[in-house]
Amino acid sequence: MTDAPAPQTFQMDGHDVAFAPGQSIMTAALAAGRYIPHLCFHPEFTAHGSCKVCTVKVNGQPHASCTTPARAGDVIESDTDELTQLRLNLVQFLFTEGNHFCPSCEKSGGCTLQGVAYELGMTTEHFSPLFPDRPVDASHPDVLLDFNRCILCELCIRASAIHDQKHVFALSGRGITKHLIVNAESGRLADTALALSDKAMTVCPVGVILRKRQGFAVPIGQRPYDRQPISAVATAHPDPEDGHE
Amino acid sequence: MPTSLDTAANPEALRRIVIEPVSRVEGHGKVTILLDAERKVQQVRLHIVEFRGFERFIQGRPFWEVPVMVQRLCGICPVSHHLAASKAMDQIVGATRVPATATAIRRLMHYGQILQSHALHFFHLASPDLLFGFDSDPAKRNVVGVLAAHPDLARHGILLRKFGQEIIRITAGKRVHGTGSIPGGVNKRVTPAERDELRAPLADVLAWAEAGVRLVAELFAANRALYEGFGTVRSSLLSLVAADGTLDLYDGVLRARDADGGILFDGVRCADYGARIHENVRSWSYMKFPFFAELGPERGWYKVGPLARVQNCDAIGTPRAEAARQDFLAQTLGTIQHAPLAYHWARMIELLHAAEVIERLLADPALLGDELTATGARGTTGVGVIEAPRGTLIHHYEVDADDLVTMCNLIVSTTHNNTAMNEAIRQVARQHLDGHEPTEGLLNHIEVAIRAFDPCLSCATHALGKMPLAVEIVDAAGALVTRLVRDAEAL
Repeated sequence: MTDAPAPQTFQMDGHDVAFAPGQSIMTAALAAGRYIPHLCFHPEFTAHGSCKVCTVKVNGQPHASCTTPARAGDVIESDTDELTQLRLNLVQFLFTEGNHFCPSCEKSGGCTLQGVAYELGMTTEHFSPLFPDRPVDASHPDVLLDFNRCILCELCIRASAIHDQKHVFALSGRGITKHLIVNAESGRLADTALALSDKAMTVCPVGVILRKRQGFAVPIGQRPYDRQPISAVATAHPDPEDGHE
Repeated sequence: MPTSLDTAANPEALRRIVIEPVSRVEGHGKVTILLDAERKVQQVRLHIVEFRGFERFIQGRPFWEVPVMVQRLCGICPVSHHLAASKAMDQIVGATRVPATATAIRRLMHYGQILQSHALHFFHLASPDLLFGFDSDPAKRNVVGVLAAHPDLARHGILLRKFGQEIIRITAGKRVHGTGSIPGGVNKRVTPAERDELRAPLADVLAWAEAGVRLVAELFAANRALYEGFGTVRSSLLSLVAADGTLDLYDGVLRARDADGGILFDGVRCADYGARIHENVRSWSYMKFPFFAELGPERGWYKVGPLARVQNCDAIGTPRAEAARQDFLAQTLGTIQHAPLAYHWARMIELLHAAEVIERLLADPALLGDELTATGARGTTGVGVIEAPRGTLIHHYEVDADDLVTMCNLIVSTTHNNTAMNEAIRQVARQHLDGHEPTEGLLNHIEVAIRAFDPCLSCATHALGKMPLAVEIVDAAGALVTRLVRDAEAL
């Protein structure tokens, strides 16, 4: 009989964080109850590190924590003024690139972008809003696509392709013109294979993919981030089906 | 338009006085007064200089979002917009019969809103003029002055408002801009504990409300000539009344009386408002000018709000407020009271009525039920009419098969009163300014007349695409470089 090997650890903001082989800094930190702000990361899908909001410093060098493997002995900085400012600016860019009007958005209180913004202490957009013209796609009888709020996290693309095996969503264009499209010659959601039961219906971190006629059914006070901040929800329920939308 | 002071014959030769902003009202407006060399008033206009445009940008949005979005029109009476839009959207989702519990919760929310808004207006905004005098020291003519001179009165006003806002918090989710009302019903129960929390201060609330009515009645009696004559203009009246003719601020049918109290129309379904009410635009205001179609724009303007409502109904269905209404009616021996300052009295009667209705609703078992929403056959048109604190509020939407709003028309309480307010300040200008060198105190008389209507200028400015616009570009020396004009007729 042999003793189990001592868990490997890295140090994050002065605390030892244990990890299992194969875990990223992000997954290990969340499992240990240490929140790293993030938008495009979802534990059910391969991380691709595109939003950069989860940037941490690993031994002094910036890395996306969702794609960087945990390594014993590394010294990680996450909760620092410098990184909070970096993350805040990234989130402010997202707010100004789209049309994010939280006061009338049915995702308010359950929106990851809003939750992260509160977590980072965002009080203004800071940058001049671009106010892009993005008409909604209401062609589907049961689903509304409100492109105004898309942050290009690609979670719906990954969910539809990997989980649903449908490839309903994709990105088109480059740079500031990059935008979400649907897989239909008409360009209309009604002409895709999307169904209400699809995984892609549940992963949007903002208010783009919406079940029609359901908005505001949950009262204020009972929405996911009404009672505790996103950092508490994300670390208490790392499983996305359990509250971390 | 009705009077000579609407537009001066030669405005360029006249001295211009501007009151900007009009203070102690909701929103932003200004008054311009043109005087000739003898200080004779030649033109008076209340300009609404805010631009909102909700009617336009609500187009293309999903219908279930509308009750939450449109309430952002206002920070004082968002509940009115929230509920008017919800009532319209009830028709879109086919909720021909909204569950009794949902209706009770919505009514509670609405009467809480009436109570807090009326308390805000009277105690915080208007009472300084009435208690200290229109031309009293402006440094003290404010709510801080009221707190110093009449601490109990000011405190009761603040607590009344707080009570109303607590009702809104419990029914809508938060004190300002909640989400409680949704198409077909509400999203939130009222728990027994919440009901009991609201019942606790009821005795005080009713006592403070009655004291408010007494105070205004005493002020009126003490200076009756001033109160009855100040800015008084005769006009028709419009409001909702219940099917039995009693006062109802949440639902009912449209009734209009002429200036002598004769019925112009009655029992008009809310959905048919467009056949009775048409709208005009003017080049100098973002606020539209509604009028009764059958009387035309010259004679068809009217008043809405508390003064119209307490005289338009046959009775108030709660005893204390009805008794107060009878005292009010006795002053004019059965004729219609048109004095703007009588709005304050009527407003306090309604505040008392709201407190009584709240007491009834809190005793109604239906309030605590669990059936919160209903749906039915899908509709494409929704008209929601409600009596907001400031008057009749009309929301009209068309929704397409994809669930998006294709048309939105809002006729907001303050908009109905547009001509009446302009006429009232012209009357005040004739009475008090003509021939005098304007002083702060005299100019405050103009504001006192506007305040009596409790206008919400933020709510009332939605004429995008319907009003003529003129844009002038001038160089540094003031010379005109370019003038762009969009003619309303061309649209």
